[in-house]
Amino acid sequence: MREGRGMAGKVTVEDVERVAELAHLELAPEETGRMLRDLNAILDYVAELNELDTADVEPLTQVSELGGAAGFNELRGDVLEPSLDRAVVMPQAPETDQVFFKVPKVIER
Amino acid sequence: MLLSEAKTAETYVEKPKTFAALREKIASGQVKAADLAGEYYERIEKKNPQLNVYLSLTKERAFAQASKIDAMAANGDPLPVLAGISLGIKDVLAMQGAPSTAGSKILQGYRPPYDCTAVTRLEAAGAVLLGKLNCDEFAMGSSTENSAYGPVRNPVDIERVPGGSSGGSAAAVAANMAVATLGSDTGGSIRQPASFCGVVGVLPTYGRVSRYGLIAFASSLDRIGPFAANVRDAATVLGVIAGHDPKDATSSQAPVDDYAAESDKPAKGLRIGVPGEYFAQGLDAEVRAAIEKGIDALRAAGCTVKPVALPHTRYAVPTYYLVATAEASANLARFDGVRYGYRSPNSATLSDMYSHSRDEGFGAEVKRRIFLGTYALSAGYYDAYYLKALKVRRLLAEEFLRAFAEVDAIVTPTSPFPAFKLGEKTGDPLAMYLADIYTVTASLAGICGVVVPCGKTKAGLPVGMQVLASHFREGTAFRVARAVEAAEI
Repeated sequence: MREGRGMAGKVTVEDVERVAELAHLELAPEETGRMLRDLNAILDYVAELNELDTADVEPLTQVSELGGAAGFNELRGDVLEPSLDRAVVMPQAPETDQVFFKVPKVIER
Repeated sequence: MLLSEAKTAETYVEKPKTFAALREKIASGQVKAADLAGEYYERIEKKNPQLNVYLSLTKERAFAQASKIDAMAANGDPLPVLAGISLGIKDVLAMQGAPSTAGSKILQGYRPPYDCTAVTRLEAAGAVLLGKLNCDEFAMGSSTENSAYGPVRNPVDIERVPGGSSGGSAAAVAANMAVATLGSDTGGSIRQPASFCGVVGVLPTYGRVSRYGLIAFASSLDRIGPFAANVRDAATVLGVIAGHDPKDATSSQAPVDDYAAESDKPAKGLRIGVPGEYFAQGLDAEVRAAIEKGIDALRAAGCTVKPVALPHTRYAVPTYYLVATAEASANLARFDGVRYGYRSPNSATLSDMYSHSRDEGFGAEVKRRIFLGTYALSAGYYDAYYLKALKVRRLLAEEFLRAFAEVDAIVTPTSPFPAFKLGEKTGDPLAMYLADIYTVTASLAGICGVVVPCGKTKAGLPVGMQVLASHFREGTAFRVARAVEAAEI
C-alpha cells in the first residue's frame, strides 16, 4: 500500500522537474517559475476538499452507473478487423518510410 | 483601417432563420441549398476577419452535399430533417480530410482520416457542413483566449470574449455565420458561451451523444452538443446526433426521445428547483435580476417553484479541476510528435523529441493542466488528490439525484457574470477557473442541461439561464427552456 502524503506542503522545483519528466514535457527555464507559482496557487485552493469527510464514500469514476443506462461496458468480439489505411495515415507523419514512423534513436551507444 | 471605417458591434449580431422556415423554402425550391451555403460563405468572408470564428472552411464538401439536397428537392423526394441547413463544427470534432487543430499548434496540418459520428449523423440528415470553428486549445478554457490561432470576439461586443471553450460555435450562431453549430462541453464549454453570446446551448447527458471523433480532453466528462438560435432547433439537432454508437463504449442504449416534440409541450405543472447555493455571494446583481425574471416567467407559465439544497456546490470547482486535469494528462499523452502533428526539429534523442515537441506545441494553459493532472495522479499524491476528488464527485452527483426526486428541473444562472473583456482574466488562472462555478456541477454528475437566453444587462450583454434535468431527461429541460424563451425576457 502506497504511503499517501496528503494535500500538505508547497510544490518545489524538484516536484516540477519530476512531473515534467513524467509528462514528457520539458519546461523552458523561464516557464518553471511561473508553473511553480500557478501550481501552488491551484493546489492551495483544491485543499478545501479536505474539509469533507469521505471515508465511507466510494469514488465515482463513471457517471453511467448512476443514469441506469444499459449497454455500459459492452465489448466487441476479439476478431481482427481492418484498421486505418496506411496510405491515408502516413502522409500525416512528420517522418516516415511509408511503412514505419521514423524517430530519433532511442538508445545511446 | 480608419477608425471611422471600423464596424460597430451591432452589425455583427444577426439571428438565423428557424429550421422550419428554411426547410419550407428549400423543399419548395424557393431557395436552393447551394445558394444558402453560398450566402453563408459570403457572410463568413465579411465577418470572420474581425470575429475569427472559423479556422477553416469545407466548401467542396458543403457544396457537394447541397447539390444532393437540391436534386432531391427538385425530384420531389422527401427531405431529411436537416436538409440544406448550414452548420459549423467545433475544431475538436473530426471531419475527414479537413484540418482539425483542436485550437492547438501541436495539431497544425493534421487532417483526420475519419469522420466524427455526430458529423456522420448530421450529414445523413441532410446538413451542409460549412467549416471548423475556433475554440480554446484542446477545449481547455472559458473564453477562447487560449486558442493558438487567436481569440474569437463576441459579436455582441467585439471587445469582449464569447466565452469558451466553444466560443467559435456560440459566436457563429449569434452572428448568423451558421444556422446552428456543434460544440463540446467538459466543464461548461457549451453552456457558458451560449450564455455570453445570447444563444441556446445544450449539454446532453453523458453518454447521450457518441464521443467517437471528438478529440478527448477528459473522457468521463466530455460531451458533444448543439448550439442554435432557438430551443426547438437545438432540440432537433440533438435528436439527430443522439443515440448509441458501437464505436463509443460509453454511449448509452437509452432510447432517443423526440426532443423537438417534447419541447412543444407546455411547462405547466412542472416542479422547478432553485438552489440557494447558486444565488449567493459573487453573483452579479444584473445577472441575478435577469434569472429572477426568468423564474417569474416559469411561475406565470404554471410551474411550481421551490428551493432545493445542493450543499456541496462549493466543492465542485476544485473537484472538477482535479478530475478533468488528471484525465487530460492521460489523454494528451498521445501528442508526442511521432505519428502526426508538430514534431520539434533538431532533437538528438527520442526523449528530447517528445518533450521538445510538447513544450513547443502546447500552449501555457494546456501545459498547466497537464502538470496539475500529472501531479495529482503521481505516486504519493493519487489518494489525496485524484481519489479524493472522485469521492466528492459521488457526493455532488447524489445530491442532484436527491433534488430531482423533488423537482423536475433545476434552474440557475450559467455564469456569475456576463461576457468579460478580452484580456481581463488571462493573468490569473484561478480567476478563470472560478468562472465555471455554476457549470462544473452538472458536468461531474453527468446530468443534462439547456442554456436559454434570459434577458440582457443594461449594457446589452446577454444573460443565459441554465435549466438542468436528470439523466436522459433532456425533454423536460427543453420544455422549461421553451417557456423561458416564450417569455422574451
